[in-house]
Order: sequence, then structure tokens, then C-alpha cells
Amino acid sequence: MANSLKSLTPLGHAAAETVTVGPVTIVENVAVALASLASRRDREAEVASIAAAAGIALPGPGQATSGAVYGALWLGPEQWMVEAPFASHEDIVAILKPLFGEAASITEQTDAWVRFDLTAADLPALFERLCGFDLRRNGPGAATRTVIEHLGCYVVRRAETEVSVIGPRSSAHSLHHALITAAKSAF
Amino acid sequence: MIINHPLLGRRDSQEFVYLGDAALMHRPDGMAADALSKFVDFAYLRDNPAGEHRELWYHEQGDRSWLVVTRNTVTHAITKVELARDVAKAEGRSK
Amino acid sequence: MSRITGGQIDRSRSLRFIFDGQTYTGHPGDTLASALLANGVRLMGRSFKYHRPRGPISSGSEEPNAIVELRTGARQEPNTRATVIELFDGLVANSQNRWPSLKFDALAINDRLSPFFAAGFYYKTFMWPAAFWEKVYEPIIRRAAGLGSLTKQDDPDDYDKGFLHCDLLIIGAGPAGLSAALTAGRAGARVILADEDFRMGGRLNAETLEIAGGAGADWAARAVAELVSLPNVRLMPRTTVIGAFDHGIYGAVERVSDHLAVPEAGKPRQILWRIYSARAILAAGAIERPIAFENNDRPGIMLAGALRAYANRWGVAVGDHVAVFTNNEDGLRTVSDLKAKGLDVAVIDARKGDEVIDSAGRLGLKSITVRRGNGRTETLNVSALGVSGGWNPNVSLSSNHRGRPTWDDSIAAFVPAADSINGMTFAGAAAGAMSTHAALATGAAQAAEALASLGLSAQIDVPRAEDAPVNIKPLWYVHSGKGRAWIDQQNDVTVKDVKLAKQENFVSVEHLKRYTTLGMATDQGKTGNVLGLAVMAELTGKTIPQTGTTIYRPPYTPVAMGALGGRARGEDFKPTRYTPSHKWATEQGAVFVEVGYWLRSQWLPRAGETTWRQSVDREVLQTRKSAGICDVTTLGKIDIQGTDAGAFLDKVYCNTFSTLGVGKTRYGLMLREDGMVMDDGTTARMGQNEYVMTTTTANAVPVFRHLEYCRQVLWPDMDVQLISTTEAWAQYSVAGPNARKLLEKLVDQDISDAAFPYMACGNITVCGGLRARLFRISFSGELAYEIAVPTRYGDAMIRALVEAGREFDAVVYGTEALGVMRVEKGHVAGNELNGQSSALNMGLGKMVSKKKDAIGMVLSQREGMTTAGGYRLVGVKPVNPAQALTAGAHFLAKGAAATADNDAGWLTSVVYSPHLGHSIGLGYLKGGDTRKGERLRSVNLLAKTDVEVEIVSPHFFDPEGERLRG
Repeated sequence: MANSLKSLTPLGHAAAETVTVGPVTIVENVAVALASLASRRDREAEVASIAAAAGIALPGPGQATSGAVYGALWLGPEQWMVEAPFASHEDIVAILKPLFGEAASITEQTDAWVRFDLTAADLPALFERLCGFDLRRNGPGAATRTVIEHLGCYVVRRAETEVSVIGPRSSAHSLHHALITAAKSAF
Repeated sequence: MIINHPLLGRRDSQEFVYLGDAALMHRPDGMAADALSKFVDFAYLRDNPAGEHRELWYHEQGDRSWLVVTRNTVTHAITKVELARDVAKAEGRSK
Repeated sequence: MSRITGGQIDRSRSLRFIFDGQTYTGHPGDTLASALLANGVRLMGRSFKYHRPRGPISSGSEEPNAIVELRTGARQEPNTRATVIELFDGLVANSQNRWPSLKFDALAINDRLSPFFAAGFYYKTFMWPAAFWEKVYEPIIRRAAGLGSLTKQDDPDDYDKGFLHCDLLIIGAGPAGLSAALTAGRAGARVILADEDFRMGGRLNAETLEIAGGAGADWAARAVAELVSLPNVRLMPRTTVIGAFDHGIYGAVERVSDHLAVPEAGKPRQILWRIYSARAILAAGAIERPIAFENNDRPGIMLAGALRAYANRWGVAVGDHVAVFTNNEDGLRTVSDLKAKGLDVAVIDARKGDEVIDSAGRLGLKSITVRRGNGRTETLNVSALGVSGGWNPNVSLSSNHRGRPTWDDSIAAFVPAADSINGMTFAGAAAGAMSTHAALATGAAQAAEALASLGLSAQIDVPRAEDAPVNIKPLWYVHSGKGRAWIDQQNDVTVKDVKLAKQENFVSVEHLKRYTTLGMATDQGKTGNVLGLAVMAELTGKTIPQTGTTIYRPPYTPVAMGALGGRARGEDFKPTRYTPSHKWATEQGAVFVEVGYWLRSQWLPRAGETTWRQSVDREVLQTRKSAGICDVTTLGKIDIQGTDAGAFLDKVYCNTFSTLGVGKTRYGLMLREDGMVMDDGTTARMGQNEYVMTTTTANAVPVFRHLEYCRQVLWPDMDVQLISTTEAWAQYSVAGPNARKLLEKLVDQDISDAAFPYMACGNITVCGGLRARLFRISFSGELAYEIAVPTRYGDAMIRALVEAGREFDAVVYGTEALGVMRVEKGHVAGNELNGQSSALNMGLGKMVSKKKDAIGMVLSQREGMTTAGGYRLVGVKPVNPAQALTAGAHFLAKGAAATADNDAGWLTSVVYSPHLGHSIGLGYLKGGDTRKGERLRSVNLLAKTDVEVEIVSPHFFDPEGERLRG
């Protein structure tokens, strides 16, 4: 986006931060653009087919999907969060709106969130100190919203050894601190 | 408590906000001639049974669904959980 | 030294520890109690009321007597049971409830004065005069009462909270629990096995009983080794399950670092686990109970099972000459085990009519007086006495949901009632299955049953073990003499106290408990409760089932406040929300204020300003004179889309929005259904089917919840979609006569009054193409805009605005200046939106449209809400401009006494207006709409202020609103 201003990451720096605590790596991921997508009333089928054609696999409750360009996670009934590379989709709403027209309500969410990607061999041992989401039973593709240290967060199991925690941007520092503290405690 | 969410399965009640008697769904027509007396009952009169109770719960730290939970207020046993939207539609609520 | 051979201690290593200033040594595997007993120390504490010398009576968490202050300095922990403190090198503990020393305690005088301290003495002794309570009685009682002392320093350690999930939670790792865990673990179920002890095995570690032809303790060790090898089983030693909550949720405290001098860096001392289980088995064993007899509380007198546990598990002989007083078969195990260790043991078997009737030894047992069945009395010189009145199944958790245990005559004890907790079954001694064989068999059977209910099948394999009968003849207290026989040793409740309670008709178990304080100490009556109610049953001539039993609440054992608090302390008490301008504001030395989780700039002092008022006055004056910038990101923003979005807003706002043109903004008032104002804010129509609602900072979450309720529950067919965008946009207010000129330097489009009039909104770009939103709205009463950019540019935007404002000498203002300007304009905010005020109260009654069915419309018209003479928003100024107003002050007619009857309303908000040069306020005044010009008193009795005020219009500044349309 052409402009003379410099952006900051959710943690308040020019570049995203990476922290390693024992076997856990915590990466502030700013490379993803987000938009919420909600079907308008009685247009669910239309939204599903447009999404499919666009390469957005819309998951069911408690699930997340990833594709070549787009990923998506279920937010609530007939509502999803669509993920796309920030570099190519910075103005993600301007890209999605023409596809869905009046069939869906689309809202930019990129800057509403901070996303931390955590990698470790034994993520369940870390997350049992953070939230009630049972990673031992929820493998890759599972996603949920839950509470971590009073913050409503999305927890997305990307792979056996990778989880994204997507939390409120204004509390990025508090969430980051909670993740680091838990990692120190668990390992 | 555990609330068996119709879409998400067993969830800790810590993720929910409690509102109260599911009778709060039965909002009267505000433009009807007898609206005032209907609304007084609606807003101020509630059943508070020691036993089975239909209640409204909101999955605030989850998918933001409003649920109708049938719960025994004495034993806390939960026998039924429905999406409030489905219940409302079934009861004829629309726009 | 009293160390004998054997036991599960590591004699190859020695641990040094200090008790009451004296250094001793013990071994890994010892508890503080076993190590002290091994060093010949029997006296470990003083009782609560009479300060009687006491030693341990048990070897577990049921201990009422041996409670100490563990560690020193900030880590000092009072009321810690020596019987469960795992010994570590360098441990320091001190006895408590004594002064100046454990051996000589001045308050032991209470023991001589015991007639004055009988049950109910609080209620009788301190009856009158009433005035004495606060000044005399309470200070004396407070000084004398209580056990350990708090350090009053911050706990230097951390505590975690965590969440665990399992198919089967097994509580207790004795023979029943291990058998259950093996059965379920081998079948592949997800199992958690928790035990409060640091060594799993339960009583098997304290017994010489055999399983499968070998030592029971060895079998337990092999079982633990096998369970460790199963990936689906989680073993949790040092973990106490503290409570059974609803729907299979259990609380457990894991003592991660309590057995270390100091926790490892970054590691918690304890973890409070929330365990989600499909099924649970309570296999928490049984707790032995004493038999009450005169002076049965001397150090050296303990439960028979504890006496043999110290010998078998810890290799400690509590005395060389020992006696055992029992009314059941199990007590005889102590006799045979101690004899096998070479000790001299006398037997007093109550089933044969033999009884211990008294004891002697001031600071420790020296002798007992025995009355044989034939009536002959003899004195035995013994330094240890084991007492067994039978074993009570550990029913505590089973009654957490108010399930009443039932009486089982065959073991003369209460057992858990079936189905007392959904999903929980009982095995082993906890279920009243008292033999080793029965424990192993019921453990395996209950596990198999639990697994079957979960669709898993299990093989039952029960090793060979003893199956001896209990053979008990109930005996609760020895009828003899006039001395005191203790029931509840920690709270000093005696048989006499129970008799007194009966005499005064406190005969129900609940009354008995409160009147005598039976079972109300830190041990919660684990050893004494059943004894107390059995004595009451005997006195009243009722059976024990007729008498009933009290039940247990969580927690099972005391829980440190730190564990309940977890990480939520100090700065981590709650999350912090930073505004996009926070980094910049910090650089400016801004003073911040907490608004919910948010930190907002309250004012931004400049060099030379020494009081907050100087900064706030400057910010207000300069904004009204030129331009001011304020971070308003914290206001809630809700994106509302859909073909019914306008109709939806008409439902949730009392005024109309469907008629609002695209590109326009309107102030909206949201009511609750009872007609009171819920929230207010502006809503902008960004497109045909697209609105952006703003809420107050405090109500962002409740309003969103309310909108979802309206959308899903009240009008489920409306085509409306919601999402919060509060955090997505950094939003700044730019206000003042130069606001437009300032923004024109940054905004890429024409924002002249013609192109962007008052209440306009739209998508714009700034600084050469950055997407932004602009709203021409004003809270300050000035020409004002709110500009929003994606949050990642929020820091750059505040810097760009400040830079652009430099030529106008623009200021950045905080929440105080914001408050001053809104009061000057008479705008309502949090103090007026108090949940008890209607639109009419706020002077906004005309906003409530009666042409449509909006929430709150009907009841805002009900009787009482519309009465003339009700509270109305007014402006208030002091008659003498030099006097300051006080928020919260009440209005009184001049000459009226300051009574509730004369109360005419109150001042809600007060600020100093730098324009007017005096204090101004808003308030609710009865009939305020017709009282302009009246003079009243505003009285605040707490602040001791009494100021004559004049009632004026709430619009103190630019009442015609000419400035904001400029």
C-alpha cells in the first residue's frame, strides 16, 4: 500500500520477533492477512461454491483448513476467518469482495489480531499449562476459540509440532508473556 | 460444569456467560395494544425452579452461539443443549 | 536415636535439617515427622485452645497435631503437617502456637483454666457488655487464637494452573488404585493416577503384607514401573485431588517443588490442575480413628497404623516400650510387626474388656493406666501407645455433592453412598473393602466397569493377597474418671464438650459441629469427626445412622492461596491492552490510567508542569483554541452488515437508523428492555448494507453479546452479520478550530465542509495511499474528526498527526481533558450511564421513537419512568466560584437537614472548567428540568463538603453547537 508511514508489528517492533524457550520456538507471524467471511441469510450454498471456486476450503465447526493461497478457520455458524499471504493480499477485503458480492459479509481482520506460531515436539505438554484445548485429542486441522490467561484466543493445530495462537492484538505483550512463561514452566 | 455444545461438543462452562431463564426469548410485540402489561411480565417475572430449568447461555469465549441449556438447578445435570437460534425459529420468531 | 532396620529410606545419604533451632539429620524418603521421631523428638506442637503439648498421631495428611511453620523468610508457610513434609537438605521448620518455647509455653495456663474454655465459651463468656467486644474481648481472642503466623511478605515463587483430560481418573495409588490403573492402563484407556504421597503404594509401603507371594511394597513398586511404561497413563505423585466438581471435573494440586529447598528457575512451586474425566474411581483408602480416653493426647500416643508405618516404612521406633490399644483385628498387626522388629509390645484389646483409662508424661508419654476386663488396674511404663478404634473409609470427596455416606455395621464406619457423585465409583478401603485382596479386586472391577461404560474392555487380573476380616467391636470412648478425653485434638474438643453440647440440646451433628468446633480446624476432623458424632449418638441413645454425619466440602486438604491465584498476581493479574499510541505516549512521559484492561493516556505533562491540573487545563484550552489529538481506539467498534442491518439497528437503538444516508453518522442511544440506558455511541453507515457501530470502552463486550442475542434469539431471521473490529483500527480524534487544516495535510481527499460536512463518514486514504476511515463527529463540541487507520500504522499515525499539528501548536490530550470537554458540553458518559437512568433522566427522552418496536421503548414509558419531578440531568456550578464541587455530593434544599428524606439528587461528574474558571458539574436532580436558576446545597458527608450551588443548563460551553459545524 503506497504511503509514507511505517507499520509496526503487534509486539511493537519494525520486524516480527522470534523467541526460543528450551524446545519451544515462538514466532510472531505478520505474514498473513485476515478477513472474516459470513454468509448472508439463505446464501450459504452460494458462498460455499464461490469459496470452493476461489480455492478457499471452508471448514466445519472446530476445524481449520489450508490451501495453496487461502486458509480458513471456523469462527461460528456460517462464519469463517480467511487467511491469505499478506504480501499478495494486503487489501484482502478488496480481493474477496468482488468474488462474493452481496452473498457474504466480509470484514478486514488483519490488524485485529496477533498471531504466534509455536513449534515444539511436545506441544500438548505446553498447552496443558495454557488452556483446556486438549491437543492430545485434537490433531492437525483442529481449531478452536478458547481462553488463555483471560484472553479469547484461537488455537489452530497446523501440524503435529506446530500450533498458531491468534489473540487480541492490543494484548500481544500479555499473550506473548503468557506463552513464554508457560514454555519455561513446562520444559 | 461441562456444556455439550451442539456444534463443538463438550466445553467448560468457564467459556460461557449465563443470562437466565429461556423465557427471555419470548419477547412480546412492542407495538401491540397490550404491550405494556406484556412487557412488565416479560421483563420482571421469572420462574426460579429448584429442578429442571431452561436457561440461556452464551459461548462468549467460543463461537458466540447463544444456547438453550436444560439444566437441573439442584443437581446441575444438563439434559439438553440446543442452539437458541433453532429454538427461536421453531417457536416462530422471525424478524 | 530411634532408627531401626528396614524401611524405604535411603540410608546412604543424609539430609540435615533444623527444627526449632536445633540441627538434626534424616534420610531421603523421610518426612519431617519420621525424621524427628527418628531423632527421638516426639513433641512437635501445641494445641489450639489449651496449648497442650502434642506430637504426631498419624503418618499422613489427616494429622491434627504435628503442624509446623515450614521454611523461613518469605517462603515461610504456616500450619504445614510434619507428617507429609518430604524431607530435603537444609529444611528449616519451627513449631507454632507456643511462646516463648515449645517446651515452656506461657499460654499453657489455658489448660489450667479449661473449665472456662469449654464448648460454647465464646458465646457465653463474652456476652456483655457489648461495648467490650471491640475494645477488650476481640483483641484478646485474636492474640490468643490462630495457629501459625503469616510472613506478610510476597511469596517469591510461582504457581501454575493447568488442564488435563482423561478417560479415568484414579484418586489414590494404594493397592486398589494401582490395581485399577493397571487394569485400565493395560486396556489402553487414558488414565490419570494421582496420589498425595511422594511415594505411590499407599498402605502397602507401611505394611508387611504380601501380594503374590512377595512384599506388598515390592509389588507396588513393580506396578508403578509398569504404569510408567504405559504412554496412556499419567502418574501424578505429590498430587492431592482437592475436590470433585460438576460433570467429571476435579481439582488437583501438584506439589512440583515443595520437596526442594527452592524451585528450579522458571518452574512453579505447585500446579493447580483442572482435570476433565469421563469417569473417576475414589481409591483414597481409609483413615484410622482413635479411641478417646483421659489424657489421650500426649506425644507418643498415636494411631496404631501410624506407629507401624513409622516402623515399617521409615525404620523408626517411636518408643522402645510400646503398647497397643485396639478394638479390631488391624491393631494387632502393629503388635506383630513391632514384635518382629524386636520391640517389647503390650496389648490392650478392648474386645476382651481391657481399656486404657489414663496416661502420664507432661511433654511426652511415660506411662499408661490400664483397666483389665477383670477390673484390675495396672500402670505400664511405655513411651509409645498405638490406638486403633477402627478405620473410616476416606469418604471426603464422595460427599462434595452433598451425598451422605451410609453406615456399615460390619466395619463400624461410614462408606460412600452409591451414585453420590456422577461418574465416580469407589474401590478398596475407601469403599469399605478393607482387606488387601478386596482392595485389589474392587480396584480392578471398578476400572473394568468404568471402561465398559466408555466402550472399552479390560482384563481383570487380581494377584493373591490376604483377605482377613475386620472383626471390630465398636468402642468410642472409655468411660472413666472426670478428666478430659480428646476427640478433635487440633481444636481441643473433648468428650466433655460433646456432653455439654448434648446437655444444652445442640444434638444434631451440624449443631454439635458449630457449638463445639468439632472438625473445624485445618484438618477438618479427618480423625475426630466420626468419633464425635458416635459419642453424641451414645449419649442420646440413638444409633449412629440416626444421628447422621456431617459432610465434606472441597478442598480435601488446605490449599495455598498462591495455588488458587496461579500466575494472576502483580502485573500478571490481568492482561494489559495497549493503545496504538502507547509507545509514543510513553516517550512523552504520559501518565496512564487503567480503563478495564486498557491503559490510556490520562494527561501528558510538559516540562515545567508540576500539577496534573496544569497539564489538563493546557490540553483543554489549546484544543478549544487550536487543535487537540486524542487516542480513541478503545471505544468498541462493531461491523454490522447484511440486508437487514438498518432494520436491526432500529431494533437495538431507541432512535432510527434505517433512514440514515450512506456516508452519514448518527448518535445512537441503546436501551435495555427495562427502559434504562445501556450504552451510547455513534454509528456510521459505510455502505448500503454496512454499518460501523461504536460503543463506550467499558461496554464493548456486553454490547456485542447483546447484539448477538438480538440477532440469534429475538430476530433469528434477520440478515445481519457481526464482527468486532475494535482492535483492527487505530482511531484518533482530532478536535478544535484547526482540526480540518491539520488533517488536510495528511488526508489525500477533499475534506472541506462542503465535501465532508458535519456527521459525514467515509473511506479515505492518508499519507499517499494508506486506507483509512474518517468520521466527522465530536465529543468535545469542537469541529472534530475521528480518523482510523489499520492498527499497525497507529504508531506512525500519531507521530504524523503530531508533526502535522506542530504549526498549529496542537496538543495531544488524555482522558482527563476529554472528560472536562464532555462535561463542558453536557454529554453523558459512564457516571451518568449508571444502569439506573433512562433517556428521559438524561434529557434525551425525545430520542425514544414510539413509531417502532425498539428494545426498551415500551418499558421506558411505564409508570414511574415518566413521572414529572423525577431525576433529570442538570448542570451545576458553585455560587462562589472559588469553591470546588465534589462528585457524589447530594442536593439538599437550603436549610434542609442532610437526611435521606431530603435527598434531591446527586452530582454525577465534576470537573474544573478552565474556560469558566471554576468547578462545574453534571448531576441528576429531582424535577431538574424545571429548576434552572435555583440555589441548593451540595453536601458530601464523606468528603465533609457543603457547597451552595446554582442549577444551570448542562451545556456550559457553546450551547448552540456552532463550533462543531464550523
